[in-house]
Amino acid sequence: MIAFALSCILLLFACGVAAIFLPRRHATALTYGASAILSAGLLTVGLAQIAATAVDVALPLGPPGLACSFHLDALAASFLCLVNLGGLGASLFGIGYGRHAAEPRRVLPFFPAFLAAMNLVVLAADTYSFLFSWELMSLTSWALVMSDHRARETAPAGFLYLLMASGGTLVLLLAFGMLSAAASGTGFAAIAAHPFTPGLAAAVLLLALLGTGSKAGLFPLHAWLPLAHPAAPSHVSALMSGVMTKVAIYAFLRIAFTLLGPPAWWWSIPVLVLGGITAVLGVLYALMETDLKRILACSTIENVGIIFLAVGLALAFKANGEPAAAALALTAGVLHAFNHMLFKSTLFFGAGSVAHATGTRDIERLGGLIQRMPRTGLAFLAASLAISALPPFNGFVSEWLLFQSILISPHLERMGMKLLVPAVGVLLALAAALAAACFLRAFAIPFLGRPRSDAAATAVEADRWSTGTMLAGAALCLLIGLLPGFVIDGLRPVTALLTGGRMPVQASDSWLSIVPISASRSSYNGLVIAIFLLAAGSLTAFLVHRFASRGIRRAPAWGCGFPQGGAETQYSATGLAQPLRRVFGALIFAARSEVRLPPPGDTSAAVLQRHSRDPAWAFLYAPLGRAVQATVETLNRLQFLTIRSYVSLVFGTLVLLLIALAIRG
Amino acid sequence: MSALAHLRQELGELALQLCQVAFVVAVAPGVTGLIRRMKARLQRRQGPSVLQPYRDLRRLLAKEAVVGETTSWLTRAAPYAVFAATWVAAALVPTFETRLMFSWSGDLIAIVALLGLARFLQAAAAIDNGTAFGGIGASREVMIASLAEPAMIMVVFTLSLVAGTTQLSTMAHVMATGVGLRLSIAMALLSLVIVALAENTRIPIDNPATHLELTMVHEAMLLDYSGRHLAMMELAASLRLVLYVSLIACIFAPFGIVTQDGPAAFLLIAVLAYLAKLAAACVLLAIFEMATAKMRLFRVPNLLGIALMLGLLGTLLLFISGEM
Repeated sequence: MIAFALSCILLLFACGVAAIFLPRRHATALTYGASAILSAGLLTVGLAQIAATAVDVALPLGPPGLACSFHLDALAASFLCLVNLGGLGASLFGIGYGRHAAEPRRVLPFFPAFLAAMNLVVLAADTYSFLFSWELMSLTSWALVMSDHRARETAPAGFLYLLMASGGTLVLLLAFGMLSAAASGTGFAAIAAHPFTPGLAAAVLLLALLGTGSKAGLFPLHAWLPLAHPAAPSHVSALMSGVMTKVAIYAFLRIAFTLLGPPAWWWSIPVLVLGGITAVLGVLYALMETDLKRILACSTIENVGIIFLAVGLALAFKANGEPAAAALALTAGVLHAFNHMLFKSTLFFGAGSVAHATGTRDIERLGGLIQRMPRTGLAFLAASLAISALPPFNGFVSEWLLFQSILISPHLERMGMKLLVPAVGVLLALAAALAAACFLRAFAIPFLGRPRSDAAATAVEADRWSTGTMLAGAALCLLIGLLPGFVIDGLRPVTALLTGGRMPVQASDSWLSIVPISASRSSYNGLVIAIFLLAAGSLTAFLVHRFASRGIRRAPAWGCGFPQGGAETQYSATGLAQPLRRVFGALIFAARSEVRLPPPGDTSAAVLQRHSRDPAWAFLYAPLGRAVQATVETLNRLQFLTIRSYVSLVFGTLVLLLIALAIRG
Repeated sequence: MSALAHLRQELGELALQLCQVAFVVAVAPGVTGLIRRMKARLQRRQGPSVLQPYRDLRRLLAKEAVVGETTSWLTRAAPYAVFAATWVAAALVPTFETRLMFSWSGDLIAIVALLGLARFLQAAAAIDNGTAFGGIGASREVMIASLAEPAMIMVVFTLSLVAGTTQLSTMAHVMATGVGLRLSIAMALLSLVIVALAENTRIPIDNPATHLELTMVHEAMLLDYSGRHLAMMELAASLRLVLYVSLIACIFAPFGIVTQDGPAAFLLIAVLAYLAKLAAACVLLAIFEMATAKMRLFRVPNLLGIALMLGLLGTLLLFISGEM
């Protein structure tokens, strides 16, 4: 099985190379078609291997004297499913959407290579192959970000991404170096078998949190994400937001749960705190944006925060010796990762279709698109409901499981945890409520109301491949929401591997309910809720239309009797978020707005200015940049010294080193 | 023969459940009417009859619906969807009987989320109208909900830590059998009352009787609805009020509620007790609304912040005491 998976990955690389030489007319369809088929193959491997015994393979490809080893266990198989379902969707969407690319050869070679690299990260089983594929994933995605190199904002986004990605890899290199040195072996099996000192394990955990967090978008390492993800073509944005962030979460799970051995009680604290802060800040960032793809990228930060929160809870339960509770929290986290891949990909596909149909991503210039792009609108609505954690969609199931695992955490013994977990619960509840507000805005402003520009008024529906992929994604969101028990059961081997515990089998419950702990404690049945919703809604509509009235008349909107003005009299996206900006933004972003009215008699326009401050930039990156600048300027003087001074510097250094040697010796 | 008896019992329970589901809808406009009547009397007005909301609904249902020229299918579908989501949520709340047949299909968190679904669709439909008023209503509703919903989740946390369950039926059963007085439950009650006022757009958060543009929240979202669509939205609003009253009643005042099999007389008493609780809630709400002034919009976050903090404190107390 693993040989088949590796050959698929090799073929994906070959696809990338072939894309350079394919004739221009067929290159798009052939490359994306082949990627779709290979992703489907890898998806099958993942599904087949998730409950099977782990398999290993070693290839003589590593550095001299070392083999490149690959390992396919339940965790790898589950993320193989996630990566390749996302890859399959992006490839299918790309068949239609890729046709509009201005320079397809800047995308086509890197797209399959990016998919292959993400698959390799998941399968890698030694530090060398892991870091190699990790870096390959970063570089191929960087090339994809830079594909639209003529846009003004692409170059800074690409530069920042490259900087953060190399920093992240550097940190991971350090973490794996420490592990390999202590275990005197580079294989994951050797590392996992070696007991580490608490200090070393703690240092590696924090480094892993930094390294994988910078790729996943944990606050305050998220700064590149809202810039780089939207710069790529939309199906690549979907892959980066929906899938690559999950590969980073896979890496954290791999290090924290399998390589480092039993966790200490406080390990979960940084994970929970960062996760909670990231969840709330991510959605607040999204509420401030008006670029549709940037809204989606910021909401990815929020969801990554939620997943890390679940992972942190699982770590806490595992450290406290409660494998069943840890299994529940981990299931919530992995399920949310899976759900987020589904709805975020669908949303990015929708954003791509809208951007192509109207030529803009600024939601202030859109409106009423659901009437001209009905299928895109329907898929976007369903995915928005799902990401807002509303029943009967899948986002609600994973957040519900997470709430359930918070509710069993008074078991945790340490007082610190007892105080932290309720606070984290508030952050999670806030993030969920704000996400609903955010996606109401992201859906309603571009798709509902009246068109705010000519481009929006004359938009046409996307092609069949694109709409088909979006509707399939939305349907999967609903399907998992209706029948979550099967997915939860599918994750049982994963939780058994990572925590030693399993959730109860769900598929055997009557009516396919999900019962995380016991029936008297909590249960949820998306299917029955959906049937009730459908029955209540259609029954009422039928009765009203049959027995009361069915006449309908189209007339100008009433609007309290004011004559309807132009489309710009509608509420704007910025206006819609103004109360939230005032309530939450005043404190966190120092957001304020000022109105400058011209003096009486002056006929110039009044000006409304909004100011806000991003805490990550203001308190971390800007001081860091200033410090680098100041150091460079100071050191710059060294470049313009006389030969005499250089000689004395060399002499002084030599003396210092000799003294140091004398003291140590 | 026993299978037949079992089936008969199942059917009996189903009938009881359906009765309860229909009952909340039937009683909802009456509750709104009673509050309006009480408020009118307190203002020394005669006021319309308690039955006026029923007459309004009948009149609205018979009229043709007028929708904006630029609106999409969402405007036409939203009234039924909002009503259905609110109705399903209300059907999961015990009124006079804790043993709801389908209570396992959703817990208190699901009820909160179903109300969130209704709110999302209502606000989306308001924006679809393409007027400034729809947007103003949606914007304010979203701001209030972004604090009220977390507060509600914290109340759910507090209550389910006390009762050891998030299933509302089991929770009502535990509360009815007595858990004693606790500080965290008092905090949860206060928090829940504030949330209920906010979610039902009552004074001091919003004035349901206002038609002054600058102060409207909920009404602004319904401005352009007419005929049967408006009737469904109004009915959903009344139903949400009944839902919150039933929720508070079944948790904090579970007197007379039927928790186990007994003679039919118990059921009758339970129904009467439930109606009495609804009436008492109407009177209390009317008096409270007459005694308070509406808040400025940007004062509301402070009030809801108090609700959120009370919920958090209640949860925190239970976490520290380590009780499950």
